[in-house]
Amino acid sequence: MLELVTARVRGGLVALGRVGQFLSDVVRALRDTETWTGLTLVQMRRIGAASLPIALFIAAFTGIVLALQASYTFTGAVPLYFVGTLVGKTIMLELGPVLTGLALAGRVGANIAAELGTMRVTEQVDALETLAYDPVSYLVVPRVLAATVMFPFVVALAAVMGVTSGWLTAVNLLDLSTVEFVRGLKLFYQFKDIWFGLVKSMSFGLLIALIGCMKGLSVSRGAEAVGRATTDAVVLSAMMILVLDAFWAVVLL
Amino acid sequence: MIQFRDVYKAFGAKPVLNGLTLDVQDGETMVILGYSGSGKSVALKHVVGLLEPDAGEVVVDGEVVHQLDRERLTALRARIGYVFQFAALLDSMTVRENVVLGLARRGLDEREIDERVGEALALVDLAGSEDRYPAELSGGMRKRVGIARAIALRPRYILYDEPTTGLDPVTSAVIDRLIVRARERIGVTGVVVTHDIRSAYTVGDRIAMLYRGTIRQVGTVEQIQKTHDPVVRQFIEGRPEGVTDAETAFAGAGP
Repeated sequence: MLELVTARVRGGLVALGRVGQFLSDVVRALRDTETWTGLTLVQMRRIGAASLPIALFIAAFTGIVLALQASYTFTGAVPLYFVGTLVGKTIMLELGPVLTGLALAGRVGANIAAELGTMRVTEQVDALETLAYDPVSYLVVPRVLAATVMFPFVVALAAVMGVTSGWLTAVNLLDLSTVEFVRGLKLFYQFKDIWFGLVKSMSFGLLIALIGCMKGLSVSRGAEAVGRATTDAVVLSAMMILVLDAFWAVVLL
Repeated sequence: MIQFRDVYKAFGAKPVLNGLTLDVQDGETMVILGYSGSGKSVALKHVVGLLEPDAGEVVVDGEVVHQLDRERLTALRARIGYVFQFAALLDSMTVRENVVLGLARRGLDEREIDERVGEALALVDLAGSEDRYPAELSGGMRKRVGIARAIALRPRYILYDEPTTGLDPVTSAVIDRLIVRARERIGVTGVVVTHDIRSAYTVGDRIAMLYRGTIRQVGTVEQIQKTHDPVVRQFIEGRPEGVTDAETAFAGAGP
């Protein structure tokens, strides 16, 4: 029993040490600007622009459902213009960043882990090293920076889409005018609603890319290991997004 | 000069290298011969610091590889071309981009890069394939691009990891010819790990037989062909009898 506990603790410490080493490698690699500058722009397009359709799709339907459910909940008790308040607040503060983050954990996190894992098992990562490149500068830094920078843009556009679809639903399916919806939207609005969501999404981007890269590069051999790394990256990212979401709520709200 | 000095390496409980000692002289092509899984590629990866020895050291040009800091290791790697077993081309890049990849770190101007790419691809008979992607190439062509990528760097050393494995005899002969051509044209020192005995005879100045993690015998092609060591004989003749039988028959004779 004691041996088992010791082994578990040792395993945990080793894993923690690996994470620490990986993060310190990433920080060190930031100095190698010559390698990552151009590659980051490519990744910004791949991670940011290419993620927009799924983010907008999710946001559009979230806005519709939020408007309808708010109306259903408020019936008779709360003025209907509060639909605008609920749609705006919920999308900007919570559902925009978190739902987009979870979707992108699947799309971006899985993509990064699978790509880097495949590169690892096909010795492409070793090839980079023998060609005098630091794989962290070449592969990790561009993805991490791109995700950190682009996630807030994607989430901001998703939030606009969510509020717009909520407004269109309110106007077309509920007994609510545009003026009333906007009145509700502005009612408890604070600038913090916007930056809070963007700070969260930036941290989600950073986290998803770091986890995807770390899982991908830690693949040892074989297709099965790539599959496992990909699944682990998505699951861990999703869990950490929820933990981080709670963390920001405690710290910033 | 590349020196393996009493190198030990194990993966978990499985020992792979057990006191490997071998010198590769400047200008020669040394073939490390051995069974599949005997640790040939593991030995090669120590030369560029992709693996670190558990004990012992690999010395390149007087520098102990595993003791180098990142900067000096990068400088060492810049002097070494590495041809991977399955080419390890970056599959998101074209042939040209793969060959340019290593050159881009060397501060060469565009004209010089173009010149080197053209020269390297011509040397491996792949001129005109610059814009193709690795997925569009055969296994033999990919290996040739891998060789071109290494040659374009004009390195002091080229390490070939199983360059003919999985290729048909004609394509294998083409690869062998390229290895010989690389040595003749750019005077590079080569280390070739292979289990292909015909290839070893063609490209090697000397052959070292790696067996159970250590060098069983090292000698010129002629010396290896005439060896009386039963383990080496069995390998080069491709006889299926048990290796342990051959060792027992040899009864105490050294490499």
